[in-house]
Amino acid sequence: MEVMLHITTLHYLVLGAALFLLGVIGVLTRRNVVIVLMSIELILNAVNLNLVAFSRLWGGQHGQIFAIFVITDAAAEAAVGLGILIAFFRNKETINIDEVNLLKW
Amino acid sequence: MAPIATPFFFYLLSAMMLVGGILVITQKNAVHSALALIVTLLAQAAIYLMLYAPFVAAVQIVLYAGGIMVLFLFVIMLVNIDRSLKEKQFNSQWWVGIIAATGLGGLFVAVYTKGKNIFPERVLSVAEADNTQKVASLLYGQYMFAFEIASLLLLVAIIGAVVMAKKKI
Amino acid sequence: MNAFVQYIESYLTSNLTPGAAGNMFWVFVYILLVFVGLSVAVICMNWLERKILAHMQVRLGPMRVGPHGLLQPFADALKLLLKEDIMPAEADSVIFWAAPFIVVLAAFTTFVVVPFGPQHAITDMNIGILFMLGVSSLSVLGIVMAGWASNSHYPLIGALRSSAQMVSYEVAMGLAVVSAILMTSLNATGTGTLSMIGIVEAQKAQGEWFIFKFFPLGLVSFAIFAIAMVAETNRAPFDLAEAESELTAGFHTEYSGFRWSLFFLAEYSAMIAVSSIAVTLWLGGWLRPFPNLLSGPRWDTFFSYFPGATFLALAAICFFNVARMPKHPYFRIQTVGLAGFGGFLAFIGLVLFIPAVSFRVQDIFWFSAKVAAFMYLYIWYRGTFPRYRFDQLMKIGWKVLLPVGLGVLILTAGVALFQQNLWRP
Repeated sequence: MEVMLHITTLHYLVLGAALFLLGVIGVLTRRNVVIVLMSIELILNAVNLNLVAFSRLWGGQHGQIFAIFVITDAAAEAAVGLGILIAFFRNKETINIDEVNLLKW
Repeated sequence: MAPIATPFFFYLLSAMMLVGGILVITQKNAVHSALALIVTLLAQAAIYLMLYAPFVAAVQIVLYAGGIMVLFLFVIMLVNIDRSLKEKQFNSQWWVGIIAATGLGGLFVAVYTKGKNIFPERVLSVAEADNTQKVASLLYGQYMFAFEIASLLLLVAIIGAVVMAKKKI
Repeated sequence: MNAFVQYIESYLTSNLTPGAAGNMFWVFVYILLVFVGLSVAVICMNWLERKILAHMQVRLGPMRVGPHGLLQPFADALKLLLKEDIMPAEADSVIFWAAPFIVVLAAFTTFVVVPFGPQHAITDMNIGILFMLGVSSLSVLGIVMAGWASNSHYPLIGALRSSAQMVSYEVAMGLAVVSAILMTSLNATGTGTLSMIGIVEAQKAQGEWFIFKFFPLGLVSFAIFAIAMVAETNRAPFDLAEAESELTAGFHTEYSGFRWSLFFLAEYSAMIAVSSIAVTLWLGGWLRPFPNLLSGPRWDTFFSYFPGATFLALAAICFFNVARMPKHPYFRIQTVGLAGFGGFLAFIGLVLFIPAVSFRVQDIFWFSAKVAAFMYLYIWYRGTFPRYRFDQLMKIGWKVLLPVGLGVLILTAGVALFQQNLWRP
């Protein structure tokens, strides 16, 4: 019960790991590209959670800075990924990731 | 400021995040997934607040929930999802997913059980009041170069997205 | 029991916000007060908008329900609550149900950090203004979902238009806000603040509202914000998302009854929220006119009469209209009702003249008065400006407001740097 009542860094790390696993499962098993991209967002969020938890542990702000950079990257990734998705949908009329296996148009 | 990192809120928010995450990867409809992801992101912003990182929490709300998710919703509306609803939702490599997940999970469990004693017992106290100022002075001081590169990355991403999504330039 | 009373009383002597003092009881009281106050404000706005618009168009507006239509908002609310709640057969029920609540939550949550006075805010966050902008931008999600879930053409087009507009104008809005926040750093330590209370206190310390700071830079950034906030709340002349003549009602075409009233509530709360941002950042928040120039106990007493005087003036208007009521027996109930309402307003006015009360509420009064001026502006815009075309709207946002905002930001930074003597050639 002691573990439940006192929230330590490990709690946040376990939460981050669980979120990371969910994201990995989503990326590996889903066929819908949009949901695969969302699972990638889940993975990035898990990483962010760890970074901020560690920055709390060591009492600095460096982890938070990295979290901000990761969020920026997530924005860039989402923009390009969804752009590719739209181009793909225009050519193949599907958003099924299993059909993106031609390596050419 | 009284400490707000109470166990109750931690478990509530973690439950919200995990349920949201599970819904993201199991929902058939992409819009429902997006809604679940928004719940996860907002709960995570609240957890950032508990970790005395209010600025990251605000960035999370502004950029993730207010920016990226709107982009996702836009794209979901542009692509026709009626067809994909009728298709099989999971691919045939679900066993790869299970193996990868158990492997990674086992790795995490091993690392955390072995390494949980290396963390210091007491977390260092951080002043929340000037969090934004400290983040700002780090961002525009020590991490100036990384900041500029991030802005360049965003520019590249804008151009890439426009080139990809536009029919004719 | 005694400890509880002590807990409640302990806050009254502190001069912090309840959130900062960590007193949960008063946090709940303040949340309740803000909620009730907002609802009353939305009811008043509903009546005022119809009346003022009507008078601008040389009509009378609502006159039948209650004297001068004063009970019209209550009748409307009753009608909306009693109406059948229709959900289209092909609609996505979960999202159709969730969308209005997202919009309302986003609109109400922003008020957590709005400073009605130096200690009259639910809490004071370190990231106040960023929190407000972020949470208010969440309403885009609700709008997109409402439009999509209705599974109908007009709502979808309305939602796409509306969200494109809100996302575009957020950029200009953010730039204007940044140039105002930059001005808070002009103090001895050289660090600014994002806290809403800190921003107002910086204006007090610097002795001028930020709208007059670095004339005309503050004024220009204020103008950018004032235009962007009208677009941000989807109000006329930028209301093409719900252009009645083109899209029937935009994203909430398929909504009816209670859910529609939630959208209505959210729209007006969002208007009040963005107006509060403008008031806090540029118009000195809760500060009364000339707090430094006309200081001293005599001026303090003089300015503390304003809240009561305002209510007495409203009561006087009521009594004037009682005198103008037709003498026909058909109007007797209305006359009595209006007189009663005037008496109620006069009673509030007299209570506000008690020094202890007026001293506590005068900050709230000045803040509300400034916000009310913005609310009137909203109605005035709606009454006078024709609606823009969508390409014109995007042109204003991206080609005018964004470059001007960037220019103002750079100029403000340069002038501030120059003034702080940090710039050594």
